[in-house]
Amino acid sequence: MSFVYDKLLGGKSGAMGLLVLSVLILIVFPLFLDNFRLNLVGKYLTYAFAAISLVLLWGYGGTLSLGQGIFFGLGGYGMAMFLKLEASSPENTAIQSTPGIPDFMDWNQLTALPWFWEPFNSFAFTLVAILVLPALFAYIIGVAMFKRRVGGVYFAIITQVIAVILTVLIVGQQGYTGGINGITDLRTLNGWDMTSDGAKTLFYYINCALLIGVIVLSRYILSSKFGRLLLAIRDKEDRVRFSGYDVANFKIFIFCFAAFVSAIGGAMFTLQVGFMSPSFVGIVPSIEMVIFAAVGGRMSLIGVVYGTLLINFGKTAFSESFPELWLFLMGGTFIAVVMFFPNGLAGLWSQYSPALLQRFRATPDESKQVKIASSLDMKEFN
Amino acid sequence: MGGYSYSELGAIFAMQGFSGISLFSVLLLMALGLAIIFGQMGVINMAHGEFMAVGAYTTYLMSSVTESFFPAFLPFYFVFSIVLAFLVAGAMGYLAEYVLIRHLYSRPLDTLLATWGLSLIMQQSFRSLFGAREVSPTLPDWLMGAYPVTDLIDIPINGLFVLALTIAVTLGVFYLMFKSSWGLQVRATTQNRSMSGAVGINTKKIDRYTFALGCGIAGIAGAAFTTIASTGPTTGTLYIVDTFMVVVFGGAASLFGTIASAFSIAQAQSILEFFISGSMAKVLTLLVLVVILMFKPEGLFASKVRR
Repeated sequence: MSFVYDKLLGGKSGAMGLLVLSVLILIVFPLFLDNFRLNLVGKYLTYAFAAISLVLLWGYGGTLSLGQGIFFGLGGYGMAMFLKLEASSPENTAIQSTPGIPDFMDWNQLTALPWFWEPFNSFAFTLVAILVLPALFAYIIGVAMFKRRVGGVYFAIITQVIAVILTVLIVGQQGYTGGINGITDLRTLNGWDMTSDGAKTLFYYINCALLIGVIVLSRYILSSKFGRLLLAIRDKEDRVRFSGYDVANFKIFIFCFAAFVSAIGGAMFTLQVGFMSPSFVGIVPSIEMVIFAAVGGRMSLIGVVYGTLLINFGKTAFSESFPELWLFLMGGTFIAVVMFFPNGLAGLWSQYSPALLQRFRATPDESKQVKIASSLDMKEFN
Repeated sequence: MGGYSYSELGAIFAMQGFSGISLFSVLLLMALGLAIIFGQMGVINMAHGEFMAVGAYTTYLMSSVTESFFPAFLPFYFVFSIVLAFLVAGAMGYLAEYVLIRHLYSRPLDTLLATWGLSLIMQQSFRSLFGAREVSPTLPDWLMGAYPVTDLIDIPINGLFVLALTIAVTLGVFYLMFKSSWGLQVRATTQNRSMSGAVGINTKKIDRYTFALGCGIAGIAGAAFTTIASTGPTTGTLYIVDTFMVVVFGGAASLFGTIASAFSIAQAQSILEFFISGSMAKVLTLLVLVVILMFKPEGLFASKVRR
């Protein structure tokens, strides 16, 4: 029992935080928001997956990826390809010159389904592909970069370039990918109408459950020995290397895990919003994901969920009424976060939360610090 | 290469090569500024493209003012607007360093976030001031037209002018960084800030002027850019990744590497563009760069230092 409590929920304060978040997204939002707004919140929560992946990779791992949009996109496109194939059965596409292939392929004079689309006819393959392909892609990038000790700024720029490459490729290869419009007009999931309100509400709950699951899993990883090593690598990489650890492997693992988490977000995005397009892959969405993480607090798995919600609510509210103001506000927020509260909302919370809560929170934190210090004994390493 | 004779192919290479040289000029002007800011100072300036746009808009403003008030001045204004673009962008860079960047020298990844915020604000300011539409200045007559080399090959004059400007600016930067005592102070400061301070270099002042210089050069790039394409609020963003790629590929601290990589990237992209679509040319070029960078993470011409 104490294992579950300490490792998965993060002690008293972590469990409270998770409880408050769960009540908010599982009970309060569905009660007080209409279907349209709830669906919007669901969309925002899919971005939260990417933000959480950045907490692990950037906040704890110290490596900033400006390419989380890649993995979000891979997950999203994987799901979209399956749904698109289902939506373009020969009966549905009888008016096309080649029935049975997605409409945009027909418009681009393709007469057969490309080979890499074929496996996406199977739902089981799609599910596996969504989870495995992004992680595999991350593994390849990770091995190539971390084994060569490319890190920090260079890693950020190269992941950004890969995001650009992928976007240009998707936009350029219209016949295979749907181009700039993306993959649209998705209707059914295994024969079940996914555009109805009921389906969207169900997706919302699945999304919330997955999100909470990912937070718990991430907590577990961070509270394990691996998590402590990750922090050590972030702070003094050389010392960890000299202690005999292969630093690259740890970074590769966390990069793959971050890709996996982002991809789940992407797949849920497609289900919930009903389309996928390259505008969720490139530089701007990738940097926005970093913004969510920075505003929420790069060290807080729960803080970033609030950060994501807040920024997106702000974006929707402002871009509806004052589109000019929004970019000023966004830019200003960003500068302010970096300069005045680098730990984001979560940092502000722990700094200014009432004294009572402060005491309530301070106890487990201190005990954790002691534990980290003692774990640096050589005994535990052997 | 079916359908083309050898002389035609030669002409294609020459023309594409020359359009590559125009791209090279703008990339190099952008990258020179960034090589100073990122390569020397270690600041990831995501707003660098917006400083370029500042230069482009300055040229546009200058051309409108000249056209409406001093039409006789029209043949000469362009030269002055290059200087003005340098000064305006440099002044804004000075201000940005004072308000923002100087607090973040110890946190390079955070400069990325802060300057991204800055770039959003600048983009929106362009949109509010000049509208979302793309603008282009009226170019003086002597910049128009082309110089016929052979029957098949025409070399556009504006490309030649931009190339000459690029060479001049590059030489100037080399002189400043490697021959002047100021450049020595800059290099000392960026290598070891506290030691430089201890030997009496005013590091704060050096930082501020170095950053301003980098932004000013981006402004010149913007002025040069107006001869090739029109300027919109998001123009800077389109070039920022390419520019970073140029600097990283060349080896961040090496100015010579920056020139070599700007040249090879621009040429590869421009020549490939003729044979495959523009977007695929870009994909292929960037892909090759990423692969090379995985084998040589420090870039082509990395300075050999112990880390």
